[in-house]
Parts: sequence; structure tokens; C-alpha cells
Amino acid sequence: MPMNRDDSASHAAASALSDPKAAGAVQGPPVKIRARDINVYYGEKQALFDVAIDIPEKAVTSFIGPSGCGKSTFLRCMNRMNDTIPICRVTGAIEMDGEDVNDKSIDPVVLRARVGMVFQKPNPFPKSIYENVAYGPRIHGLATGKDELDAIVESSLRRAGLWDEVSDRLLQPGTGLSGGQQQRLVIARAIAVGPEVILMDEPCSALDPIATAKIEELIDELREQFCIVIVTHSMAQAARVSQRTAFFHMGRLVESGATDEIFTNPRDSRTQDYITGRFG
Amino acid sequence: MLTWIVILILAALSVVTFLMGRRKALASAGGSPAKMHSLPGYYGTYVALWVGVPAALLLFVSILFGGRLEHSLLITNQPPILHQLSVEQKELFFQDAQALAEGRQTSEAVYEPDMKVALDAKANEAKGYVTAIKQGTFALMAVLVFAGFLWTFPRLNKDFRARNRVEGWVDGLLMACSIVAVITTLGIILSLVWESLRFFNSVSPAEFLLGTHWSPQIGMRDDQVGSSGGFGALPLFAGTFLVMMIAMCVAGPVGLFSAIYLSEYAGPKARAVFKPLLEILAGVPTVVYGFFAALTVGPIFRQGFNSLGGLFLGGPLNELGLYLGQVQNQMALVAGVVMGIMLIPFVSSLSDDIINSVPQALRDGSYAMGATKSETVKRVVLPAALPGIAGAFLLAISRAIGETMIVTMAAGLQAKMTLNPLETVTTVTVQIVTLLTGDQEFDSPKTLAAFGLGLTLFAVTLVLNIVALRIVQKYREQYD
Repeated sequence: MPMNRDDSASHAAASALSDPKAAGAVQGPPVKIRARDINVYYGEKQALFDVAIDIPEKAVTSFIGPSGCGKSTFLRCMNRMNDTIPICRVTGAIEMDGEDVNDKSIDPVVLRARVGMVFQKPNPFPKSIYENVAYGPRIHGLATGKDELDAIVESSLRRAGLWDEVSDRLLQPGTGLSGGQQQRLVIARAIAVGPEVILMDEPCSALDPIATAKIEELIDELREQFCIVIVTHSMAQAARVSQRTAFFHMGRLVESGATDEIFTNPRDSRTQDYITGRFG
Repeated sequence: MLTWIVILILAALSVVTFLMGRRKALASAGGSPAKMHSLPGYYGTYVALWVGVPAALLLFVSILFGGRLEHSLLITNQPPILHQLSVEQKELFFQDAQALAEGRQTSEAVYEPDMKVALDAKANEAKGYVTAIKQGTFALMAVLVFAGFLWTFPRLNKDFRARNRVEGWVDGLLMACSIVAVITTLGIILSLVWESLRFFNSVSPAEFLLGTHWSPQIGMRDDQVGSSGGFGALPLFAGTFLVMMIAMCVAGPVGLFSAIYLSEYAGPKARAVFKPLLEILAGVPTVVYGFFAALTVGPIFRQGFNSLGGLFLGGPLNELGLYLGQVQNQMALVAGVVMGIMLIPFVSSLSDDIINSVPQALRDGSYAMGATKSETVKRVVLPAALPGIAGAFLLAISRAIGETMIVTMAAGLQAKMTLNPLETVTTVTVQIVTLLTGDQEFDSPKTLAAFGLGLTLFAVTLVLNIVALRIVQKYREQYD
């Protein structure tokens, strides 16, 4: 299983902690997720090499980089979605609030309730809008009665900015909504469980510019309550929505830091080339 | 003999015209294929097709229907001596005349001398018809060959679109094949309807569909007519329904759960073993299931029920004990259970495909919410796949209704109006088989009843299939 952790890795992690620059440590807001020496293998092929990063609380961190650079793979390490891929193996340490998420005592099911995820293509269940949002609260027993469940559904839809558009048709299928609405429905579904972190894997790549603008607005509002990590191919989007940016290339984290710094004054020439559009 | 020579000549002509066409087209392009519209072979093929195919088709039709034409010409003019013969004897007489004319083996019928004279005369007449039909066919073939050649050959030049024309022929061939399938099916349905109408002339549809007494053998005797109360098909439909329900009670859950295991839980190794094994199970002939039911399952069930009955003897349930004690090998339960086993691979492989076609994104979405595998299967995958699974079940039901061998061998042959699975029952298909085996004359209500049953069965399975296909289609649209 993917939770192999050898001693040398954790040792290296400890030494990396003392080097804030290499680790991309954050000054200011408290760290929510701390990753050290993350290596990911798909069968024989290594997809990530020694990734180390700190992700701050109540802020948006964006991962940018060319296709196949490993940013989505790393995102899926944080809620152990890679467990669902049989050939995938993860080594290294990812700590959330100081707890290793790959530790044997952590149930991935409980972890994923704390770390919500939104996918590239909107994937509402073929159920009603109401049932889509109520899905998480139901399986985790978050509501004791119908009224409470109604309240959770309404507040989640409101926070996802979808309530006014769907309040009169909650019992209609979620798959009947437009692409942008579906994506906000999926965000509402994730919020309904009360997660601490929301991971977004290119949430706007299947949407038109207007729907994209709405989602970005929503992300900006949500960061007051959640730690948000977003993978994006659009550098403009990264610049608009995120406070911190990490640039991945060929399976390595090239550099990470405050978004305006990365975009105006990158330390690495590869970052420079990528954000100025010379490759990628 | 002559026919074979003609076929050879036709084949040779096709080859020759192929070469001629190819050569002419090549010559018109100065010997350079690059300047031609199509590859040189297409020009040759185009000519050869027009030369060979229409003539070959004509020959085929003539061989197929020549005998019939000959027969109808032969019976138009009957000598007076034939009037003393019965219809069947007359039929035999003309068949023998044709056989004599074509040099085939005649029947074993013995003819009186004067009858023999008439026969020889008719045989001579038939010989004349045979020759005339043959010569006419060959002449017409020659005309077709020439016409085909003249239609195509002069038009050949390097700009002629031979490839498109040849592909048109291929189009035609493909279409002809599908038309054959459709026409055959239509023909079967029409004959079914036609014969059923004859049956319903002697037995009223109301009695057939609502009557509860089935004993068609009575209708065979001369002193009793078909409408003597022996053609109530309701017990057969009850039996069919009973066996089908038992089969689905076995195949439904087992097939569905094994599909869930295979598609959601099994690792690649287990899948690689189970999936082919299940498919092998689907290939076992039903007659093998039949004797498995009759020789293995039946006795086991009987012994089980008999000893179970022993437990009740002398107690308050003495009656039940006595009843269970006399249960026989053959019962609806045995046939149903074995038929269910037969249907397991059918249900599981269809359901497996349907569950696999539920997008992975939905599962990911559920896992990402912190759902366990079982919650994901129960609340997301199965509801999404439900319409498709319902379709699979309906298809399995129509197979269960149409299944014959297992019921014949394991359920007994008595038509009983019962829903008790321990009784012997019989089904619609089994009765069709017993009604028709050994018979070639379809004129008594007994044999015609088979067509009535067939038509009713066909209507039921047709409706089931249409509903199933509609459901499956609706399900498909959901993710596109």
C-alpha cells in the first residue's frame, strides 16, 4: 500500500524543516499542510521527486506547471485519493495539523471528509440537486433530522453561490444544470461535509469564461473559511485567485512562494520561462 | 451436367472480361495507373461484376424455382384417369412423374399398368418442360452477359469512376445481407400469424387465453372436436411464470452480486480468473443443464423434502409432512433453480458491463467525500446503473421464458394450474415441442395449437425485449 515510510525519508524531512527556503515555508499565516520528501511512483515510473512544501491555513495556494508535471498527482496525495489507484505508491510525509495523513492510524475515509475535493470535470451524482448536497452529511451522519439536513443543504448551496439559482428546483436532477452550475453544485457538495481543506483539480478547465469568473469569485470568498489548494493551467487564474503559488516541472517542485513574487520576480529560470510563455 | 458447364463458362467469361476491362482502361491512360481515376483492377472488376452476377443470380433463381414452375405446368392438364386418385395420391403421382423426368429415384408407390402409361406420358411432358426451362434460362443468361458487357465495356476510360461503382456493389451486397435477415424474420412472423389464425378458427381466442384445462391430445381423436375444453393455455402460462420467477430469484441476486464483486471489489487477478470462467458457464448447452437438473438436482431436492416431511409426521403439521413425503423428482423448483444457474452468467456479464460503464468520475466524487467503497457502490454506482440492470433482468426473463430443455427434463409434463413450486408443471415452450415432434401435417387443432402458443409467447417476449431495450437506451443517454 502507498503509505510506506522509511526512516531515512522522515530523517530527511526533519532536516528539511530547518531550511525554510528550500521547503518553501510560509511566514505569517499558520501552516495547515506540511509535505516533505514526497515521492510518487506509478508502477515503475516515478511521477514526483522529493516534493516539499508548506500550505497555509485560510488562503489559496495554486499549483501551476506544464501538463504531466505531477501537480494533480501531488494534489491527490493530500487526501489519499491515490489509494484508489492500485499501482500507485507514495513515500514521504504529509502532515495535516501535525498529523501524518499516511499514518496507519488515519482512516482515509475520515481524512477525505476533512479534505474535500473538486474535480476537473463536474461530476454530480445522477441524483437530485438536494440529494447531491445531502450525500456527504448523510453518509457521515452529520444531521439528526430532516430539518437539520435541509439547513445544511441550504447553507452549503448558499455558500457555493448556487442557492438563488436552484432553490425552486432542488428535486430536479443535478446533471440537468449547466456546466458552471454543476461545478458549483459539486463545491457545495464538498462544503456540506464541513471540510478544513478543499482541493480543486483544474476546476474551471471545462467551463466558459463567465462560469469561470463565478467560480473564481466563489474561491475568493471561500478562502476566509477554508484552506484551498487549486491546480490550474491558467497562469492568469493563479495570479487572480491565489496568495501563494507553487511551480512544478517534470515531477519536481521548482519553486514556491507568494504569488506576486513568483509572477514578478521568480528565482528559477524555468519558472521565468514558463510564466512568460516560453514553454509549457 | 449441362448446368455445371454453363457455370464454368460464366466464370471463365467473368475472368476474361475482367482482364479486358483492366487492359482497356490501362491503355486509355497510356499504361500509367497514376493517371487513372481508380486502380486498374477496379475497371476489370466493374465489368466482370456486370457480366457475371446478373446471370448467376438468374441461374440461381431458375434452379430454386424451376421445379415449382415445372410442377404447376404439369398439373394444368390432367388426364381423366387421375380423377380416381385421392389428393395425396395425385400429389405423389406428379412427384414421381417429375422424378422420372429428371432421372431421380421415384417413390415406392406401385402403379397399375394404365396408370403407369399415364405416368410415363406425364414424365415425358415433364422432360419437355425441364429442357424448355433450362434452355430458356441459358438463353436469358447469354442475353444478360452480353447486355452487361455492352453496358459497361464501352464506357471504360481512364476518367471513369470505377472504384465508386464497385463500392456501390459492395454497398448493395451488405444491404442484401441485412434484408435477408429482416425478410426471414418477417416471414417467420407471418407464418406464425397465419397458422395461428387457422388455429383460432377452431378454438376461440378467449378459451385459449383464459381456459384452465389443457389436454390437446383429445383433439386428435375423430369423435371429439378441438373445442372440447382441452385448449385452455392458462396453466401453461402459469407454469412458465412460476419457473421464470424461481429462476430469476436465483439468477437475479447471485448474478447481480457477482457482477458487483467482479467490477468493484475483485482485483485484476481474481477478475482474470472469474470472468472467463463465468463466460464458459454461459456456453454450456442447455440440454446439459437439463440432465444436471433431472439426474442430480432433482433427486437431491426430493430426498431433502422427503426427509423434511418426516420431521412433521405425527405432529400438528402431519398433513404437510405427508405431502412433503410424496414429493417427486420432477418439480417446478428443480427446473427453476437450474435455469437460474444457467442465467447467472447472463445476468452477471450484462450487469458487469453496465456497472463498468458508470463513469469513474462518479466514484472518485464519492470517495473524495469520504464515502467507503460499500457506500459508494450502494448509493452512487448502483442507482446510476439501475436502469441498465433492470434492462439486463428483463433480457434474462425473456430468455427464461423461451428456455425449453431444462423444463422438459426436470419439471414433468403435466399442465397444472398451480403456483406451488413442488408440483410438476409444464411451460409454453415445452408444450410446443411435444405438440410438434413427430408430426408433419399441420391441420389438426392439436398441432396448430403450437402456433397459437408460439404467437402468444412471441408477443410476450417481444414486449419484454422492447421495454428492456428502451430502458437500456435511456440509460445510455445519461452520460453522453
